[in-house]
Amino acid sequence: MLLYAIRRFGLALLILIVAVTVMFLMIRAVPGDPVQIMLGPRATPELQARLTAELALDQPIWKQLLIFYGNLMRGDLGIDVFSGRSVTAIVFDQLPHTLALIFASILWSALLGIGLGAYAAAHPNTLIDRIAAAISVSFVAAPAFVVALLSLLIFAVHLQWFPAIGAGEGFWGRLDHLVLPAFAIGLSWVGYIARLVRASMLEVMGESHIRTARAFGISERRVVMVYALRIAILPVVTVIGVGMGFLLSSAVFAEIVFARPGLGKLVIDSITTRNYPIVMGSVLISTGLFVASTALADLINAWLDPRARTAT
Amino acid sequence: MSDTLLEIDRLSVDYETARGDLRALRDISFDVRKGEIVGIVGESGCGKSTLISSILRLTAPNTRFRQGEVRFKGEDLLQLPERRMRALRGADISIVFQDPMQTHNPVLSIGQQMLDIQHRSKASRAEKRARAAQMLGAVGIPDPEARLDQFPHEFSGGMRQRIAIAMALMSEPDLLIADEPTTALDATLEVQIIERLQELQREFNCAILFISHHLGVIAELCDRVVVMYAGAVVESGDVREIFHDPKHPYTRRLIDCDPGHIKERARVLPTIPGEVPDLANLPGGCIFRDRCNQAMPRCAAEVPPLTQLKNGHHAACWLNHKEAAE
Repeated sequence: MLLYAIRRFGLALLILIVAVTVMFLMIRAVPGDPVQIMLGPRATPELQARLTAELALDQPIWKQLLIFYGNLMRGDLGIDVFSGRSVTAIVFDQLPHTLALIFASILWSALLGIGLGAYAAAHPNTLIDRIAAAISVSFVAAPAFVVALLSLLIFAVHLQWFPAIGAGEGFWGRLDHLVLPAFAIGLSWVGYIARLVRASMLEVMGESHIRTARAFGISERRVVMVYALRIAILPVVTVIGVGMGFLLSSAVFAEIVFARPGLGKLVIDSITTRNYPIVMGSVLISTGLFVASTALADLINAWLDPRARTAT
Repeated sequence: MSDTLLEIDRLSVDYETARGDLRALRDISFDVRKGEIVGIVGESGCGKSTLISSILRLTAPNTRFRQGEVRFKGEDLLQLPERRMRALRGADISIVFQDPMQTHNPVLSIGQQMLDIQHRSKASRAEKRARAAQMLGAVGIPDPEARLDQFPHEFSGGMRQRIAIAMALMSEPDLLIADEPTTALDATLEVQIIERLQELQREFNCAILFISHHLGVIAELCDRVVVMYAGAVVESGDVREIFHDPKHPYTRRLIDCDPGHIKERARVLPTIPGEVPDLANLPGGCIFRDRCNQAMPRCAAEVPPLTQLKNGHHAACWLNHKEAAE
């Protein structure tokens, strides 16, 4: 298990390096002189030259990449052109908000989705199963930004149950502010996970080891919750691991609609101003999150499924 | 009568399907006495598996019990509430399934699964574990204590089947159902498993209902045999009687076709020509008629009843009726 974990994280690091390099090159391919856009039309040539040198934009691209990685090793993502603050500090200021949003969304949608799916699979083709299916599919079909706008309108503006914008102060304040965005992002995941768990459960319930467990008089509850669910959950863990990436992008919508601070808002704002250090810093962190979550999903699977430990 | 453990009495089971009822079992009757080994022989699809899942009531949702009783120690299992039925499973009646590669849960350790099936026992975890290790030792798994922590995929097929037998015998059941336990294994392993079963049967003195299509194994292991064809019993009786003096043409052909029985090097292995009749659309008369080389006019008109010929030897064929033979 330990060896597997080390190997898996080695792979994750490799993926991270490749992804960050590609992102670095792609940002450079965006047309327009970044220095001119950053400083505006009235900047003096001296100022432009100084910034170009500061950002190492006068160097060949491979050298820029080396400088970038060199600084990265020291935990230095550069200095924000406008505020002069360290990019690392800016990014890590925003990160907790996004993380809280993503984890809250995935937590409630996974719990509800798995419960709904497992229940539907245990009672296939009953009325409840059909209702669950109809709800799940409509959840999946609803785009996150539409749900975000509607829930904002209904629960924050009309009913005034939850705050409309911002991130809140203190634990309960933050939690209160999390409800609507997490609801908006998580809703389609509830349906998706429920469908996935149901299909996966039905497949596992038909396997002969389930018949064996029943033939030994093991209670139906334990058969479903332990003998079947533990296997049926495996593809769900993988999907959630990969889904963290998609959640990061839906978090952008939620952060804009609910005017929440966070990585998504930071990236959008800095791309429009060609604020390279911030963009690279946020992209690096998001990529890192994505790579870490897929690696974590694989580790959870390896922990749940002994067969996965010996494979690869 | 008091030594009868299991009585199948005129059991008929259908499967409801889109193209009508599939008559999987029709009028099955036989019994198993305490400590006895009864073999059930028949081709694939003859209803063997339906029969055992009916005994344990682990049937598919489209199964319909049309008539008859399955009496275990005098109680009709088909009428028992699910709660009482579950109390019997794995306690008084245990089962070893066909495919050892699929029979264990792949994500739980063997020890965990062997602990779980002792859910009725009041013993401590350590005692249950010791009992599990003891059972693994009894079926010949070396170093059982350490192997309890391993997972099914770390065992070979033969070992997994022995573990399945250990699990089935753990509660010292009165009846062990073995559903083609050696079909998925190679010949040398088959002999090992059969010998182990025989030893354990003597040790635990349980009755065994042994399902197989391998006549050699049945002849070796069983006291009595039930021959099934297309969902019905065609012949049943003492194992020697059946093999030396079969009274049903199907049994006779089955013995002729057994590879172990063919003395000379045959160019073409003998087969029974024809096909098993469609269970959703049964022809009238004897079900084996189309494939029988001794069929008579009467066979098309009436279903031959399962009649007693000698003490305990039953067959369902008009050839055994004097008036028909004339």
